[in-house]
Amino acid sequence: MKGNGEVPRIGVYVCDCGTNIAGKVRVAEVVEFARDLPGVVVAREYKYMCSDPGQDLIKRDIQEYNLNRIVVASCSPLLHEHTFRKATAEGGLNPYLVHHVNIREDVSWVHEDSDEATRKAKAIVHGAVLRVAWQKPLEPQSVPVRDSALVVGGGIAGISAALTLAEAGKQVYLVEREPTIGGHMAKFDKTFPTLDCAACILTPKMTAVKDHPNITLITYAEVEEVDGYVGNFKVKVRKKPRYVHEDRCVGCLECIEACVFKEPRFPNEFDLGLSKRKPVYIPFPQAVPPVVTIDPDTCLYLRFGKCKKTCVEACGDRNAIDFDMKPETLELEVGTIILATGFKTFDPTRTPKYGYGRFPEVYTSLEIERLVNSSGPTGGEVVMRNGQKPKRVGIIHCVGSRDKNTNPWCSKVCCMYSLKLAHLIHERSGAEVYNFYIDMRTPGKGYEEFYNRLAKEGVHLIRGRVAEVTDAPLHPEEEGKLIIRVEDTNIGVVRRIPVDMVVLAVGLEPQPDADEVRRLFNISCSTEGWFLERHPKLAPVETFTDGVFVAGACQGPKDIPETVAQAQAAAANALALMDKGSVEMEPNVARVNEELCSGCHICIGLCPYGAISFNEEKKVAEVNEVLCKGCGTCTAACPSGALSQNLFSDHEVFSEIMGVLL
Amino acid sequence: MSGYAYYPGCSLLGTGKSYDESVRAVFEALGVPLQELENWNCCGATAYSSIDECTAFALAARNLALAHRRGDPILAPCPNCYLVLTKTQRYLEQYPEIRQRIVQTLERLGLNLGHDVPIRHPLQVLSETPGLEAIRQKIQKPLKGLRVAPYYGCLLARPYPIVEDPWNTTILEDFIRVTGAEVVPYAYRTRCCGGALTGVVREAGLRMVYILLREALRQGAQAVVTTCPLCQFNLEAFQDQALRKNGIQERIPVLYFTQLLGLALGLPPKKLGLHRHLIPFQPQRKALQEAVA
Repeated sequence: MKGNGEVPRIGVYVCDCGTNIAGKVRVAEVVEFARDLPGVVVAREYKYMCSDPGQDLIKRDIQEYNLNRIVVASCSPLLHEHTFRKATAEGGLNPYLVHHVNIREDVSWVHEDSDEATRKAKAIVHGAVLRVAWQKPLEPQSVPVRDSALVVGGGIAGISAALTLAEAGKQVYLVEREPTIGGHMAKFDKTFPTLDCAACILTPKMTAVKDHPNITLITYAEVEEVDGYVGNFKVKVRKKPRYVHEDRCVGCLECIEACVFKEPRFPNEFDLGLSKRKPVYIPFPQAVPPVVTIDPDTCLYLRFGKCKKTCVEACGDRNAIDFDMKPETLELEVGTIILATGFKTFDPTRTPKYGYGRFPEVYTSLEIERLVNSSGPTGGEVVMRNGQKPKRVGIIHCVGSRDKNTNPWCSKVCCMYSLKLAHLIHERSGAEVYNFYIDMRTPGKGYEEFYNRLAKEGVHLIRGRVAEVTDAPLHPEEEGKLIIRVEDTNIGVVRRIPVDMVVLAVGLEPQPDADEVRRLFNISCSTEGWFLERHPKLAPVETFTDGVFVAGACQGPKDIPETVAQAQAAAANALALMDKGSVEMEPNVARVNEELCSGCHICIGLCPYGAISFNEEKKVAEVNEVLCKGCGTCTAACPSGALSQNLFSDHEVFSEIMGVLL
Repeated sequence: MSGYAYYPGCSLLGTGKSYDESVRAVFEALGVPLQELENWNCCGATAYSSIDECTAFALAARNLALAHRRGDPILAPCPNCYLVLTKTQRYLEQYPEIRQRIVQTLERLGLNLGHDVPIRHPLQVLSETPGLEAIRQKIQKPLKGLRVAPYYGCLLARPYPIVEDPWNTTILEDFIRVTGAEVVPYAYRTRCCGGALTGVVREAGLRMVYILLREALRQGAQAVVTTCPLCQFNLEAFQDQALRKNGIQERIPVLYFTQLLGLALGLPPKKLGLHRHLIPFQPQRKALQEAVA
């Protein structure tokens, strides 16, 4: 007589997972062992328990043997717990009467020795059998899902996701940190492999975002606080003052003209400092929203309180400039969240051997993107800092990628963008271009063809990791040049190649504040700092937090087509959730036994989710089941044993431990 | 504390004798106490660890234990000693099984390994005690007009750099400037001198020496200043071969930074071992001759 008072009749199902489990664990032996355990009525081995026939086995046995508890030993519950709960429910039992244990990731995949693996699998199954007897039927809570979404990050990923959601009729809030949306893509001139103009394909989308009736665009703002749960998130967004009213500014730019600084003299962030701007500026002509921003760090009035304020004069009746503007906090309520916070490029001062920062003619690839951009600082001319065209340019691949001293991963886009840049540099300057690569990675539609095209165009492709860039010449023809020293592994010699300009193909890295953002939204990061998807193959845009999705390069290096595909997939997932209108919450919540509760308040302060409140009338603690995440903190802390947690009662936990140890 | 536990290492008894002499002289002149570690043994250099790593660790660890017993930080002017001692210390912290064996071995010798004997290079020590400013006050004969190429060598920069940011440090340059000499831009300041290659693959070694010297000459340096006995040896002893092969007639003296410092402090050249060098250091300018005379 356990759990809900029934005599347990348990069915145990041990999965082979093809050879994934059976290759290491002697499954038949585990089944034999399970058959003799208390309460077990039937125990079976099956090749793939998650398949339809596997699930049917459970359903049939429930009927045939009148089972009231189920144990499945297979892969991780993260993967298939819901599958077996569904099968159990279809067999006519409460779905929380199944216990799923993992003998694949935890056993067969990590043990070398067959005997040990089999012994461990038995122990785990033993624990599950003793535990399941105590499990009780539970009813999941259903909560409504709001019909609105938050998209964080206004690069091509956020833009694509926002447009897809808005087109489906959902209310979308798009929050962007910078004064304009567009992200990295807005900085590019052309995109590989088709060489179509980035602006031509991006700016219409940016404008569509601005004009869409279902999208509220919030730029120059960051998410500050996230509360709530799937379907009912409460988000606080802090909007930095741009000292210009977006609704009044018409983008005439007359204030920029009128600024007391006659010449632009501050580094323009959008051009990575390659051009100058004034304190009042617009990042680039096609910025969205098309309004100016005043930088408080350089504006004379905002810094010293003294200025002729010629900008205000120029603005005239439009009255858009407002030096008294304060930061503003907006509160949003949304059903789903899509994170599209993008990436940062590797800082090449971390690989000093390539001389970035030491030699003026060493550039990052992002700087060169601006140089080749027809609306960039040089109008698309590729010139050195002295204004002359380079005769020879070297592009070094894998800077900050595939390097155990910096980042071990392949940044995936650098080979292709380096080829693109080689083409553009040659086209704009006539320079001879050298590409130094470790491996040429061109998987993608039309990518290998692009590589072949570049090879035919006469770009020098040298296979070898560059040792150093130096300005110390050995031969007369090296005087005044930067010399790239590299082992050409195709011909097996060390070469010195003098060039005028060096481009470092910097890799992609997680945003520097990725960890804070991860905490804010309560999701996980990989060890490298990329946002972690729920499953690398089968749930690539979901996260472990229901209702929060990821899109684009914040999840890992990605090119534009992949980013857009993922953004639209994330939008589709969010749509599915919102269109369904409600979501079932896992019932593993804490409960208060009012008779035992002494009203000591200890649990209330400890709850990380603010889910416990005090009922003044009854003088006992009360759990809000929707807010409770089932972390167990209160249950462990309660001095009078009044708190217990569904699926984790003392009986359940202790008998499982007992089973494993016996 | 009886001052730094001075660990000259084998090089400073042989080809690097003038490094030994100048370190002692400069420390004495600056009032930084220093006493040779008694009964020290070879650090094992690179040769031993490539044959039998564990024994090599034991060899190096014995010196750490001696310093631990004395209770003084080790002063290792030779970057290779510095590297081997540091590496041994780090490895033994990282791999308890190896540490266990070494500790047992040392115990049989009545020695206790200890954990964190500081291992210091003279560049580090002098930049803190007495510090560059105090040294500047003591300069007697500034080496005005002397153009010097600062050459760290590779081992002080990696794998266990003596300063936080070895690529951008100016610690050696700062010392050179304190002497009143001028620092020339030297792109190869942490490039390898070839190490043992001059002994085993002569052609390759000579080329590395040539590249370093050529750049120093191209920058108009009148001396190369090093911090490593092997660098000094390679750049000086193989200089004639390396430069002659490439048709260069000029020769350039290669000094230890302690020698340069000693000269500026007014110490007699002989006390700094300058007479031992193959390429004599004869400052070209009049003012300089007066300064050193």
